[in-house]
Amino acid sequence: MDDTPRTLPRYSATLTPEVMSEIRRAAATGIYDIRGGGAKRRVPHFDDLLFLGASISRYPLEGYREACGTGVVLGSRFAKTPLELKIPITIAGMSFGSLSGQAKEALGRGATLAGTSTTTGDGGMTEEERGHSAMLVYQLLPSRYGMNPDDLRRADAIEIVVGQGAKPGGGGMLLGQKITERVAGMRDLPQGIDQRSACRHPDWTGPDDMEIKILELREITGWEKPIYVKIGGARPYYDTALAAKAGADVVVLDGMQGGTAATQDVFIEHVGQPTLACIRPAVRALQDLGLHREVQLVVSGGIRTGADVAKALALGADAVSIGTAALVALGDNDPRWEEEYRALGTTAGAYDDWHEGRDPAGITTQNEALAARLDPVAAGRRLQNYLAVLTLEAQTIARACGKSHLLNLEPEDLCALTMEAAAMAQVPLAGTDWWPGKGGM
Amino acid sequence: MQRHDLATDDLRSLNAALQAQAAHTNQTEWEVLNPRGAHAIAVGLDAPIDVTVNGSTGYYCAGMNKQARIHVTGSAGPGVAENMMSGTVVIDGDASQYAGASGHGGLLVVRGNAASRCGISMKGIDIVVGGNVGHMSAFMAQKGSLVVCGDAGEALGDSLYEARLYVRGSVKSLGADCVEKEMRDHHRAELGRLLAAAGLDHDPGSFRRYGSARQLYHFHVDNAGAY
Ligand SMILES: Cc1cc2nc3c(=O)[nH]c(=O)nc-3n(C[C@H](O)[C@H](O)[C@H](O)COP(=O)(O)O)c2cc1C
Repeated sequence: MDDTPRTLPRYSATLTPEVMSEIRRAAATGIYDIRGGGAKRRVPHFDDLLFLGASISRYPLEGYREACGTGVVLGSRFAKTPLELKIPITIAGMSFGSLSGQAKEALGRGATLAGTSTTTGDGGMTEEERGHSAMLVYQLLPSRYGMNPDDLRRADAIEIVVGQGAKPGGGGMLLGQKITERVAGMRDLPQGIDQRSACRHPDWTGPDDMEIKILELREITGWEKPIYVKIGGARPYYDTALAAKAGADVVVLDGMQGGTAATQDVFIEHVGQPTLACIRPAVRALQDLGLHREVQLVVSGGIRTGADVAKALALGADAVSIGTAALVALGDNDPRWEEEYRALGTTAGAYDDWHEGRDPAGITTQNEALAARLDPVAAGRRLQNYLAVLTLEAQTIARACGKSHLLNLEPEDLCALTMEAAAMAQVPLAGTDWWPGKGGM
Repeated sequence: MQRHDLATDDLRSLNAALQAQAAHTNQTEWEVLNPRGAHAIAVGLDAPIDVTVNGSTGYYCAGMNKQARIHVTGSAGPGVAENMMSGTVVIDGDASQYAGASGHGGLLVVRGNAASRCGISMKGIDIVVGGNVGHMSAFMAQKGSLVVCGDAGEALGDSLYEARLYVRGSVKSLGADCVEKEMRDHHRAELGRLLAAAGLDHDPGSFRRYGSARQLYHFHVDNAGAY
């Protein structure tokens, strides 16, 4: 027997087994990989920031005695009836079509119990969500599926979607498996086809047109409802400034980790800036216009914990929005369905073929039997619990920083663990009073 | 006849008055004077009233209209009758880009020409244009009919779904997945009805019909060039 020592088999750091499996998949099918969820690669994120806590110069609030406010008003700039949220955490727009009716109902129930708003999505407004959401934001998307003035009038706010963090510059897609009779009817499309939705609005281009579009929407709804503009994390400074200049009450800024129902993997992983990198430029844009806090900034993309909430607010956001984490709270990717995830060739926690409509947890599906697995009342309760935990966690941190309201958190409460995070968040690298670019570039 | 003069009254009070009309209103005749290209005139209406706009309008005149019959005696700016649900909108002059964009129902008549992207994303509206339409008209059109009595510009009906396109004159080029289709009796009948509703007496037999080849309804690598 040859006993010459052998080197261990070595995988390439460039052509990893994962990369090679994708090459083989592409070669076999000739179509790009489509999936749901957000960016899976690691990018600088809120985990790379820490709070300093109180000290001799800053004293904390008493944990269980001194109040730490959490309420936030969205849309106070021009709208006659802004939304008064009990917590600065909203449920992001997720379409009926990508989600089941039960899941939409559960989101409405949970948000309502928590005192916050939920949002429609590409595909229009359903009775499930209108009926169970005390505050419902109605999206105006490029596709205009299901868009109609009656729903506009029965919405509590209107969100013009310019972009999404998962795919800034991309349109929607919903594959045929999910275009059931009901979904097709709401979208005025034939049943069962792969639906492509546009990436640009059909009746305007550019910020000057958008200003007129906002005027029209306000005229249709009697200047009552807040108008949000949602942008993907592409050019946060200019996009925020242009949205504010066009007359938005609220800017919703979605970073690259933000989830999606179905998008090309290459788009999710390679287009857009990390959420962390987007917040300071957006806040600066509002400050430069003298509109910080008057135009509220809602940040989304990878928010999971109360610490994430607190950090986003400390960097200048007025609220955050959650998509994927809310689905997990409802029951998405739950290990209790492990056997079924395995049968789909995946595992609980990694399941992202949301576009296929075969979700064992019954959330990202239009299959009636699967959807019936989700009890909207129980799932809504889980979402309520989760939102309560996020809020309590954020309050815990805010009190430790001596803040009587979550919105009083500030960049001075933070330090960064890495150079990248320090540069993006413009807070000092831990142990220093410096960040890359400090004092001008 | 109720009169609103936009030289003296503001847009908000005009729209508020028009939107306040209920189904059984007695105030069924409205006239808007001096529109002077103002945006968002007569938007969000939801009553069977007649509104005449004496002059030309800016963006989004008659946006999201339901039930109302709106008549613009001049020309209309971009996005006229966008997302209309029902009712009738008639433009005596020309219409700018995106006329009838994403309209779900009702009838839009442009007696003059319509610019690019007429009927983009239409979802059930019927549009009759007396003259020509610009490029990319009926882009991603889903439902409803677009009738063009003159010529159509480049890339007509690109990526279209189930909308029906009728053109009397020439078509500069067809967009991806748009093909000429046979005119059957029920098409001629539909076209005849639309022309009559628009007050035009062209012979339906003088039109050609275009529609979706339905080749892009399911993603396939061999169609990659068309997406
Ligand atoms: C299943 C699903 C469907 C979505 N559908 C829409 C949509 O219709 N419109 C939209 O603007 N964003 C949509 N999004 C994006 C969310 O609104 C939000 O920007 C994103 O989920 C936030 O990031 P997070 O998932 O990390 O919390 C969707 C996201 C998911 C997960």
